[in-house]
Parts: sequence; C-alpha cells; structure tokens
Amino acid sequence: MALLEIRNLHAHVEGNEILRGINLTVNAGEVHSIMGPNGSGKSTLAQVLAGKDAYEITEGEVIYNGKDLLDMEPDERACEGVFLAFQYPVEIPGVSTNYFLRAAVNAKRKHHGQEELDAVDFLELVKEKAALVELDSKLLNRAVNEGFSGGEKKRNEIFQMSVLDPTLAILDETDSGLDIDALKTVAHGVNTLRGPKRAMIVVTHYQRLLDYIVPDFVHVLRDGRIVKSGGKELALELEAKGYAWVDEEIKTAATAS
Amino acid sequence: MPDASNTLEQWEKQEYKYGFVTDIEADAAPPGLNEDTIRFISAKKREPEFMLEWRLKAYRHWQTMTEPTWANIKYPPINYQDIVYYSSPIKDEDRPKSLDEVDPKLLETYEKLGIPLAERAALAGVAVDAVFDSVSVATTYKEKLGELGIIFCSFSEAVQEHPELIKKYLGTVVPYTDNFFATLNSAVFSDGSFVYVPKGVHCPMELSTYFRINAQSTGQFERTLIIADEGAHVSYLEGCTAPMRDENQLHAAVVELVAHKDATIKYSTIQNWYPGDENGVGGIYNFVTKRGICAEENSRISWTQVETGSSITWKYPSVVLKGDNSVGEFYSVALTNLCQQADTGTKMIHIGKNTKSTIISKGISAGKGQNTYRGGVRINKGASNARNYTQCDSMLIGEDCGAHTFPYIEVKNTSAHMEHEASTSKIGEDQLFYCNQRGIKLEDAVSMIVNGFCKEVFRELPMEFAVEAQKLLEVSLEGSVG
Ligand SMILES: Nc1ncnc2c1ncn2[C@@H]1O[C@H](COP(=O)(O)OP(=O)(O)OP(=O)(O)O)[C@@H](O)[C@H]1O
Ligand SMILES: [Mg+2]
Repeated sequence: MALLEIRNLHAHVEGNEILRGINLTVNAGEVHSIMGPNGSGKSTLAQVLAGKDAYEITEGEVIYNGKDLLDMEPDERACEGVFLAFQYPVEIPGVSTNYFLRAAVNAKRKHHGQEELDAVDFLELVKEKAALVELDSKLLNRAVNEGFSGGEKKRNEIFQMSVLDPTLAILDETDSGLDIDALKTVAHGVNTLRGPKRAMIVVTHYQRLLDYIVPDFVHVLRDGRIVKSGGKELALELEAKGYAWVDEEIKTAATAS
Repeated sequence: MPDASNTLEQWEKQEYKYGFVTDIEADAAPPGLNEDTIRFISAKKREPEFMLEWRLKAYRHWQTMTEPTWANIKYPPINYQDIVYYSSPIKDEDRPKSLDEVDPKLLETYEKLGIPLAERAALAGVAVDAVFDSVSVATTYKEKLGELGIIFCSFSEAVQEHPELIKKYLGTVVPYTDNFFATLNSAVFSDGSFVYVPKGVHCPMELSTYFRINAQSTGQFERTLIIADEGAHVSYLEGCTAPMRDENQLHAAVVELVAHKDATIKYSTIQNWYPGDENGVGGIYNFVTKRGICAEENSRISWTQVETGSSITWKYPSVVLKGDNSVGEFYSVALTNLCQQADTGTKMIHIGKNTKSTIISKGISAGKGQNTYRGGVRINKGASNARNYTQCDSMLIGEDCGAHTFPYIEVKNTSAHMEHEASTSKIGEDQLFYCNQRGIKLEDAVSMIVNGFCKEVFRELPMEFAVEAQKLLEVSLEGSVG
C-alpha cells in the first residue's frame, strides 16, 4: 500500500479552481519533487495536504497510511506524521521557539500515548538536531521566527522537521532564500532523514536543490494538474528548456493521438 | 474539511468557569442612600468623628455630580437608591471557631476557585487564633512584617489603630471630589487594605490580599491606601473572583498610592469577576479609580493589571510624577469576551523634571467583546526632559468584537521626548495553522499565541502571579475542541 495516494483532487479558493484533478502516488522511502511555474498550485497542494481550511475540496480523495486524510484536523495530521515546511514561515511574537517546539513534540507524544518529554530530555534532543542543520541555538530562545532572516526561517523549518521526525515531509521551496552553504546544510539535514519508512515531497523551482536532494521522481505541475512526470533527469531537462517545452510536448502528444 | 472557525466560535461562547452562586446570610442595611445610611455605616464600623465627617462631605458633593458618559461603554441606568450600601462582616464572637462550623457552600466555592486550605479558613472568617497557630504561614509573615514596622491590615482596622496616618494621607491622591464613582466610594466605602512601609524598609514579601488576617468580604466599595515612606519598597498583589449573580452589581473601588523620596510601589492586579453571560446579562460593573503619586524625587510607581472579568471595566490606574526623576509605569492586559466592555488605560502626569513613564497595553477582544484603550500623557511646563514611551496593541479574535484606541497627549514643555507605537491585528489564521501543523490543538494554539502577545506585561508580574495570570488566560481561552 502506498503511503500517500492522491486521486483526482480538486480544490477551490474564493470561487477559483486552483487544483484541477491531481493524481499522485507516493510510496514510503521515495522522494518526489514537484516543479512548476509560479501560481501553478504547488503551495496550494502542500497546504491542502496539511489541512489549511481556506481551501474547499470539491472532488477527489487523499488516502494517507490507509486513512482518509481529508477527514482529519490539521493537528491530527501533524500528529500522524505529516509535516509541512512552509514557503513563508509565520512569526509568533512572545512565544519562544523552544517552548513552541516542546509543545509540538509533546502534543505528538500525547497523541501516541507516550509520556511527555521533560525539559532535560527535550533540550538534549534539540541540541543534537540544531547541530545537524547548524542552527544557532541562540535562535531557540527567541520568539518563533520573529526577526529571523529568510535563511534562518528556512533552516528553522528543517530543524523542526528533524525534531518532529515526520513520516511524510512536504518541503515548500525550502531552498529559496538560502545561500549555497546553507543549501548544502539544509540538504544534509533532509538527506539524514531519508529512509525506507519515510517519504518526502520537495517543491522547488531549481534543479540546484535536486543536486543535493536527489529525487526518485519529478512532476511538473501546470494550472493545477500534473502534466508530466519522470525521473531525476526531467529536472535537468526543465532547467535547460523551460516550461514552454512541456507545453509543446503536451500539444504534440495530443495531436499524435 | 474540518472548520477551524467553528471551534473558534465554540471557544468564544464558553462560560465563566468561576461562576456559581453562594448563598450565605448577610446582615445588611436597607437599600438606598442618604445621610442616615452613611451615619449607619460609620456607626457600624465604630469610626472616629473625622471619618464620618469626611464621608458626609463626600456624600454632599456627590449629590451635585452627574454620572460620566464619556467612556466607550453602554449599560442601563444604575438606580443608586436600589443598592445596598452596607452588609456587615461577621462579628468576632459570632465567627466560626473552626472550618467545621463554616457554611459548607462557602467552602465549596473556595474549592472551586482552587484556594489553598490554609487560606480558605482566613477567607471564611474563622476566628484567627483557632486557625493560625504560631507556625502558620500567615502569622509568621504578620510577625515578620511587624518586626520591620510594616503595617498591613484592613482599612477599617487602620482607621481604629492608625487614625493619624489615615488623616494624613486619605484623599491626598484621589480627593473626595475627584469623580462621580470615587466620590461615591468616599461616602460609602466598605473596607479594603492599608499598607504603610516605614523609612528605608524593603518589604521582604509580596503583600497579597489573601494574607490579610481579617479577610472578610471587602464589599462593593473597596478602599485601599498604600504608603511607602522614604527609601521603602513594597509590592502589593490584588486578586479576586466573584460568585455569579444575576443582577448587575456595581463595584466602585478607590486605590491611592503614595511613594515618598526614593520609594518604590509595585501594584499588581488580577481581576476576574463575573463577566455576565453570552447575552450580556449579569456581570459586575467595575468603576475603579486607581492613582498613585510619586511625591518626591527618585520615586517609582508601577501598575500591572490583568483584567479578564466584569461585564464593564472602567479603570485608569494613573501616576502623578511630581518628584524629579520619578518613574511611572503601566502594564496592562485586558481581555473582553462574550458581551464584555472594557474602557481602560492610564494617565501619566509629568510635573517634575526628568520624569519618565512607560505604558504597555495589550487588549484582546473575542466574542462580542469591546475593548477600548484610553490613555493620557501630560507633560507640564516645568517637566523638562520628560520621557514617555507608549505601546498599545490590540488583538481581535473573531468577527463580532471591537478594539478602539484613544491616546491623548498634551505636551507643554518642548524638551519632552515622546514615543508612541500602536498596532491592531487579528489573531492570525496563519499563526493558528502553523501551530496546528506542528500538532498543537486549536485551543492550545489560541492560548499560546495570546500568552505570547501578553508576554511583555506578564513578565512584570511577580512570579507566582504570572503563573496565575497565564492560567487565568488559559481558562478564559479554554475551548471545547472535540
Ligand atoms: N487564499 C487565496 N486566495 C486567492 N487566490 C489564491 C489563494 N491561495 C492561492 N491562490 C491562487 O492560487 C494560485 C496558486 O497559488 P500557489 O501559491 O499554490 O502557487 P505556487 O505554485 O506555489 O506558486 P509559487 O511558485 O509562486 O510559490 C495562484 O494564482 C494564487 O494567486
Ligand atoms: Mg508556492
């Protein structure tokens, strides 16, 4: 059974259809990359999977781990192992990153009937993971994302991901805003998490990230649909030829049939 | 899709957790107000002549006044002749000798409020000697305070035991002519606290109303007077929750603070009176006058308040910065939910040179709550190099609530340095979603975000009070997410 099975997913926002029939199967152990031009619906797909209620699902279904994902509250999805690294992480003034993350870790533990982590054990865990993504541990005492630089915010997302140890990680343009060294460390953090039980969906515009996080599959999203799928070489082709090339391909395919 | 706004709605509708009625016998004056009522109150309290005269002067002045209407609040007219102005505390000889003799309903109330056992007895009015033996916390504290020359007692007791201090200070900060509600209070005040900290003494503990040995009900018209003599330091905590009542209940308290040279007074309040139901029925009308004077140089007065209760809050803890280099501070969290209305803020009056004031106000509105910040900063002509920093932030939760800001600034000295920051934000759907996405439930997310929003104020509270305040917000923010 696939870890994630998206079938004919349609989603609206404020009367506009943004997702127009997405089909995608993700197995445990796989890394899928989603590419596509601005406004094609990549973030929408990510947010819909995470359970943002601004989007109305009009058709289709999503099965995650054998359960109806769309029927679950966002916090329940998170506790069941769905993690979204946001394209634009929000700031939460007055709430320290440590406090926030401990609440998150303990919510998840509670959900699984485990005991809460005490302050000492939590700190140990956090230290180890912060080192992994080279996150300055001073940031952990600051309010969540408040005044963080763009790169620090992205690093913080990956740091949280490694602490929360998800089953399905969705990374929405985690590479944008990162300098080349940061990109390598973040990729290293992500790669450390790769494993047979875990799957990842990596949304990106750039082939560069995929040099470091090598995907098993690449999909092209265009106007709310996956119009092309392939192996990691598809990303290279896209980089060389642009999205217009995909359009051409589709047209040719249409006339040929 | 699961609907977050639904759960938010349920959250807004949640009822007052501390609301319940306790029915105990009361020895009360007949309703209504005239000179006889005032003589009756004064006689009941066996007050000296000067006190009665002062009350009567206030009453006569009150008759010439009209109720103010400038505040951003709406309520049906109050009939002052319907109110019972005196309800006597139990006489010592009639007091229960132990908790076994205390009305079980009252004890139940304390239990629901989570008041510790030792304090329950004091609050229930059990005869002191029966409860507080020499090892009890309260007695130990009282002895310790006595050794330092600190006076900490009920206002009534102070009138009996320290009339010279009352005569010297009463009405010096809030004169009996001050405003409609303060004047009413001056005529009919029931009881309250009195604190005097002598020269050079740093009070070694937080003074809390819980530790007042004769902690009878202070009634609707509380009166508190705190004096810190030269070089003295004191931190006072006021906290209350009230039994649910169906009729509207008027409270009009007065607090006066006097800080002498080099003295510091820190006054912290948690106010959680019954806010009324979701249709705005019932709830306390809370019209409070709180003011402090930094009478001489290098003195400091700091107000911190967490206001979550009452159906109407009308309250502006203020500081008169008379002494040179004196400092005034106001830190406030006001939460209005249901149909609550709060019109609250502060006044900082700069008179002395190099005086400094800080105002940090956090207003949270949910349900149909209306939250108004009203602040005045005045820099007098002689107040050279005065500084003020004002920050007032409002947070809205839901669609039917409101936040309003009325800052008044009057600067008569060009050397003044003024800074003002203000913001209004809706509790972010994005912030909530971010928390949810990390596994944090909606109600916990709301409480976390609101507590973060209030952090700058909470950190001004004494440790144990800060914990209580956080708990209180959490309780007030408790939802019913399935
Ligand atoms: N809340 C919303 N209200 C209105 N339109 C929306 C909303 N959310 C998304 N959209 C629209 O949906 C389309 C897809 O947006 P989405 O953010 O998913 O694109 P994207 O593929 O992630 O783009 P980018 O590469 O720029 O991040 C856009 O046209 C966007 O304007
Ligand atoms: Mg996007």
